[in-house]
Amino acid sequence: MRKLLVVIASLVLLAGCAEEPSNQPSSSGGGGAGDKDPCAAKSLPTVAKKTLTVATDKPAFPPWFQGSPKAWSGYEGEVASEVAKRLELPIEWVVEPFNKAYAPGPKDWDFDINQVTITEERDRAIDFSDSYYDNSQGVLGLKETPVAEAKSISDLKDHQFGAQVGTTSLAFINSTIQPSAEVKVFDTTNDAVSALKNSQIDALVTDVPTTVYLRDLVVKNSLVIGQYAPTEQFGMVFEEDNPLVQCVNEALDEMSSDGTLEKLEQKFLQDYLQIPTLE
Amino acid sequence: MGLPPGAEPVPSSSSGSRGRGSRMFGGRGILISSASTIVFFALIALVVALAPGSSLVAERFFDPYHLNRSLFGTVTTPSVVGAFVLNIKMFLIAEVFILILALVVAIVRGIPGPVFFPFRAVAVGYTDLFRGVPLILVLYMIGFGLPGLGLKYFSSQSEVTYGVLALVLVYSAYVAEVYRAGIDSVHESQTAAARSLGLSRWQAMRFVVLPQAIRRVIPPLLNDFIGLQKDTALISVLGPIEAARAANIYAAEQFNYGSFVIAAFLFIIVTIPLARFTDRLIERDQRRRRAGAAL
Repeated sequence: MRKLLVVIASLVLLAGCAEEPSNQPSSSGGGGAGDKDPCAAKSLPTVAKKTLTVATDKPAFPPWFQGSPKAWSGYEGEVASEVAKRLELPIEWVVEPFNKAYAPGPKDWDFDINQVTITEERDRAIDFSDSYYDNSQGVLGLKETPVAEAKSISDLKDHQFGAQVGTTSLAFINSTIQPSAEVKVFDTTNDAVSALKNSQIDALVTDVPTTVYLRDLVVKNSLVIGQYAPTEQFGMVFEEDNPLVQCVNEALDEMSSDGTLEKLEQKFLQDYLQIPTLE
Repeated sequence: MGLPPGAEPVPSSSSGSRGRGSRMFGGRGILISSASTIVFFALIALVVALAPGSSLVAERFFDPYHLNRSLFGTVTTPSVVGAFVLNIKMFLIAEVFILILALVVAIVRGIPGPVFFPFRAVAVGYTDLFRGVPLILVLYMIGFGLPGLGLKYFSSQSEVTYGVLALVLVYSAYVAEVYRAGIDSVHESQTAAARSLGLSRWQAMRFVVLPQAIRRVIPPLLNDFIGLQKDTALISVLGPIEAARAANIYAAEQFNYGSFVIAAFLFIIVTIPLARFTDRLIERDQRRRRAGAAL
């Protein structure tokens, strides 16, 4: 019996020990907030010292990400780099699958930027930065197929839709288009594109910049049937209660008021603004 | 009284399939085994409860609100239990085809004679190929490859059909080997005796060898079907919404993994009865063999 008690006691101790290190980052973060300027580069509570570690999924798509994974360009790539510049920190990119970005427990990155739409439900599990892009949904189909004639949301109802799992495009199909056939859901946009090329689906819904990218560079003979007015906003994902959010928000705020965000949008996303709107 | 491991209950419970304490070590045994069970699980619970992130994990995985909502679905997310019906359907349909195709492959592989060499070679090649390639790759090749070919009939099937086809191809290769092991385990003298009684080679196989062989391999067959039941989840890569996919959709929309717990639970309530059934068959088989040895 005594042996058993010892075992229990040591397990309790072990569990107790495990608690401490994980508390450390948040307590040091709290200390940083007490300083005069919590967003000065020296006192920023980043995961890696004096570096802003930013995560995104793999594969990352243009126009959101272009160039080398070590130093991403593209709209999101440059927004993140600009944030890092304004926080006076060098940026380091890491890969994080979307489904893991909201797992409980400490992260090995400061924020994740991956076309994540801000919603109230998601906000309960993680923290979002302010929006850096207003997104609308785009519908991609093949030329000379019945779906290409669609002019309104109600014209789309009777077609077979596809979307990538985890996207708000999927939620958009189910809640706004409400198609008669069950949506087909794929792991990646690439798989959904294969299905479209094979005519296993009639139309694919993604965010508009991706739709246009797919039309121009990926799917031959395709067209953008239309877009649905922007109802969503993209935000960066932070671990819950990460004090860094305020500093990033300050940077985003500056970037919005001095026109940097708009400039980046024009640089990377301007082709995507002249698309018919679906009623 | 020292309860720690190494005491009586451990070996007896690990001898497994029967696990009925009462018969095996009497009243005192029950007491010890239940006490050690309670302590064992209490310890696990304690460690989990004291882990630094336990409240976070509880909220992210076991929040009753999310468990309930994912089970029945929302406007934008499919119901996990509704999607699970598709898993069951795919499982049942695939199982029938696997049992037939695998038996054919196993028998073809055993046909003697030089004339039948090409058939044997095809059977061997088939099992080698489909046991060696991961199911998910077969799924991709069939699910996206066949429709891409643009053939008249073969390219216009539903994704569920392609998925079931891939399951049948891969699992038949495994199950064919299980059958073959069973056939090989029947002593040659059985065939010789049957042949000497005037049965043809085929009749000897059909009436003498196979009945014994199949009875022997029922437990491993059921084992493979438990695997099959779980692997129906992989079909989701082709687009159909089955339970794991429905759970994934919910998780991604709500940023909560409770839906995965629900899906896991659904799979378990189907596979556990299958597993117990397998245990009982093994036990029965052992009893029978022991009885045979006593003669």
